[in-house]
Amino acid sequence: MKPAKPKLRNGDDEYTMFDPRGRAGGVSLERREFLKLAGGGLIVVFTVGEGLAGQEGGPRGSGGYPDDPNAYLKVGPDGRVTCFTGKIEMGQGIVTSLAMMLAEELDVPLASVDMVMGDTSLCPYDAGTFGSRSTKYFGPPMRLAAAEARGILVGLAAARLGVAEEGLATKDGAVYAIKNPMKKVAYADLVGGRKIEVRLEKKPPIKPVAKHAVSGRPTPRTDARAKVTGEAKFAGDIRFPGLLYAAILRPPAHGAKLKSVDTSEAGKAAGARVVRDGDLVAVLHEKPDLAAEVLALVKAEFEPSSSTLDNANIFDHIRQVPARSDVVVESGSLDEGAKLAVKTVEASYYAQYVAHAPSEPHAAVVRIEGDQAEVWASTQSPFRAQQEIAQTLGLPPANVRVRTPFVGCGFGGKNQGGQIVEAARLAKLTGRPVQVAWARREEFSNDTFRPAAVYDVRAGLDAANRIVLWDYKNYQAGSRSSQPVYDIPHKRVLSFGGGWGGGEGAAVHPFGTGAWRGPGSNTNIFATESHIDLCAERAGLDPLSFRLANLTDARMRKVVGAAADQFGRSFAKAPTGRGYGIALTDYLGTYVATMAEVEVDKAAGAVRVLRIVCAQDTGEVINPDGARMQIEGCITMGLGYGLTEEVRFKNGRVLDENYDTYEVPRFSWLPKIEVVLVDDPDLAPQGCGEPAVTVMGAVIANAIYDAIGVRMGTLPMSPARILAALKDKG
Amino acid sequence: MNKSVRFQLNGREVAVETSPERMLLWVLRTDLEHTGTKYGCGEGYCGVCTVLVDGRPERSCQFPLAKAEGKSVLTIEGLSRGGRLHPLQQAFADHGALQCGYCTPGMILRAYGLLLRKPDPTEAEIADALEGNLCRCGSYGRIIAAVRAAAQALKMKVVDHETR
Repeated sequence: MKPAKPKLRNGDDEYTMFDPRGRAGGVSLERREFLKLAGGGLIVVFTVGEGLAGQEGGPRGSGGYPDDPNAYLKVGPDGRVTCFTGKIEMGQGIVTSLAMMLAEELDVPLASVDMVMGDTSLCPYDAGTFGSRSTKYFGPPMRLAAAEARGILVGLAAARLGVAEEGLATKDGAVYAIKNPMKKVAYADLVGGRKIEVRLEKKPPIKPVAKHAVSGRPTPRTDARAKVTGEAKFAGDIRFPGLLYAAILRPPAHGAKLKSVDTSEAGKAAGARVVRDGDLVAVLHEKPDLAAEVLALVKAEFEPSSSTLDNANIFDHIRQVPARSDVVVESGSLDEGAKLAVKTVEASYYAQYVAHAPSEPHAAVVRIEGDQAEVWASTQSPFRAQQEIAQTLGLPPANVRVRTPFVGCGFGGKNQGGQIVEAARLAKLTGRPVQVAWARREEFSNDTFRPAAVYDVRAGLDAANRIVLWDYKNYQAGSRSSQPVYDIPHKRVLSFGGGWGGGEGAAVHPFGTGAWRGPGSNTNIFATESHIDLCAERAGLDPLSFRLANLTDARMRKVVGAAADQFGRSFAKAPTGRGYGIALTDYLGTYVATMAEVEVDKAAGAVRVLRIVCAQDTGEVINPDGARMQIEGCITMGLGYGLTEEVRFKNGRVLDENYDTYEVPRFSWLPKIEVVLVDDPDLAPQGCGEPAVTVMGAVIANAIYDAIGVRMGTLPMSPARILAALKDKG
Repeated sequence: MNKSVRFQLNGREVAVETSPERMLLWVLRTDLEHTGTKYGCGEGYCGVCTVLVDGRPERSCQFPLAKAEGKSVLTIEGLSRGGRLHPLQQAFADHGALQCGYCTPGMILRAYGLLLRKPDPTEAEIADALEGNLCRCGSYGRIIAAVRAAAQALKMKVVDHETR
């Protein structure tokens, strides 16, 4: 489906900036094209996706964008620069890093850049904010557009100042004569009163990285002030006159159908409205807590779920369920590799379901007026939400305006958002603005979990301890990062199933599954890098030397070297109770080498991660401070899926519904974290929000092995599993 | 049964006519339109909704309104003065001690409560005091650094005040 062209529906020439206070004031909306609405100023229209992004170094056609020009940049009559992007801010920091790229290329102060984000009426179509793609795919073409704008401003200044373009330079939002810096004109004066529209068609020269003064410097988050004062608005903070809060009846288990419902008691409660539309039964009230209280009065009976799956039988199920297989990579011949191998190493690996557990549960507010709908949503995909709501309400998508305030974590869990459609349905049913904000128990139950998955790996070593055979199958994990980074002549990687979402119409999982920060990769790297350690042991080499002996990629060797230089190169050798581990990945072009030190309490089975060194090559780094924050966050989050996080379930029912039993990392877990940003400014910016999380399961498993001589094959490596493995070992 | 409950909110007297059994979180967010205090888990496990009541950190999702009667409640909105950030807020911003920002109000107020009791805490004492506050973005190390820095800044302020 071709996405709708962005339409602007504000009635006047004032458009709303991305406003952290989230003013929800009414504006009369009518359809107008962006360029009409944008009013005076210099507008650069450009294309993200194919073409320029490809020229800039990104893989062609992989940005998820349509072909026609779909992005805008504006230098306003006041000299302020505005970026319109369908991306959203969920903590990953692009509100700062994209603004830095603009400030750099246009030579304006960072404070002069406004970000308009995730507003379907103002921003060009965007598939969604995921896959560590914002800086990588959106950033470079935006930077070219900024360079184009700067070139036009210099051209205008040449005429105004009577100085040839070659004699002009830009600084602090003004063009000046190099020979006489007093001779200058501000962007505002060049643009004021004019309307200039250009389409970016050629690739203008951009500043070399060596000349960067803003980009590449550690810069505090521009949203910090709003977030430390409580002014920052999230979807649940948006208020409209007459707003009703919904509490929705939920089945006790996935697949449990509603049999009967009695709302008579609830209907009598003061101030409450009970509505039913098919399976959707909800109580609405002017106070959210009272809506939930009244919902408890609704008596409902459900058919039991037909699911017979639980944590114990899920892996057999996953191996047996019919699944399509995709060849991720195949080279040489497995038979030939097997002939060359003098040692063969076989093992299977397993991963349980994991929840996103975002700080902010899913929330949305929907207001319908006439044939227009205004939506504020906690979402990673505002344009997808726009389509869903248009369909739900029977409106043209252009009549649905989805706005995205700050989002309190996403990790892939907010690509989907049932809460938005629920709020739309309830707003239509009640004729009032409605907020649906999931309670934590709903968040856990309705989450699209990281799928449980199984991996079968067979590797072979020749007499020189080179890996000559790699036969890898994963079931239901998804293919990302399943291709080994090592030099292996005979290899085949197969991925069974429809990926992390379970595929179309598949009945693989007892509940929804989806992308989870570094989807596929977390568990593929767990299997791959655990298996490489097994091979190292069979080779009689330490894990670091063995890896380097099988790795010629110079860029990866540099990253591994950076990690080892910082961490040290010795391994403890079991069983001292303390151990070291290493794991590597190439996550969609970002290279990571992480080393860990752990301590294992053999009596309790408890693992404590003491130290993590993470070396990462992300290409050109826009905001080193932001990159470090993301990497530190990845490492911390990785402790959870490595050690404790697992969704327990039985017969369609999610048994972990809050943080009392679903254990996420907390202050006391914090290891010493050392991040090494490997300098690589000649490579275009790569993704940074996910790569470092993907090695965490493997690096902890490998360090545990070094500490106690036990190979953990299942995620998470909980105390119970470690005790069981120790017992098996005897 | 509705009742008028009076308390001080960020230094101002307020009276709310509602059921005193309702939790303070919802009264703050809905009745008083102070949305800086966030909902996290609703059952007292995550600390996101932390506010100060008479100087003590409390989980507002577990704190009945009736218990606030006559007391002084401090939320994130009451921390800055005349547009100037409190040293804790400034330190969180300076140290990048937040990402998505959702847990930040509760984190800052929990730290504020700590500094009232213990003006110069060690890193271990900070981690211990904040153990019940979850940050899914993983800013723990930076939060500890920010609280340490704020403690130093506040100490300097006190010295500054005394020598003046």
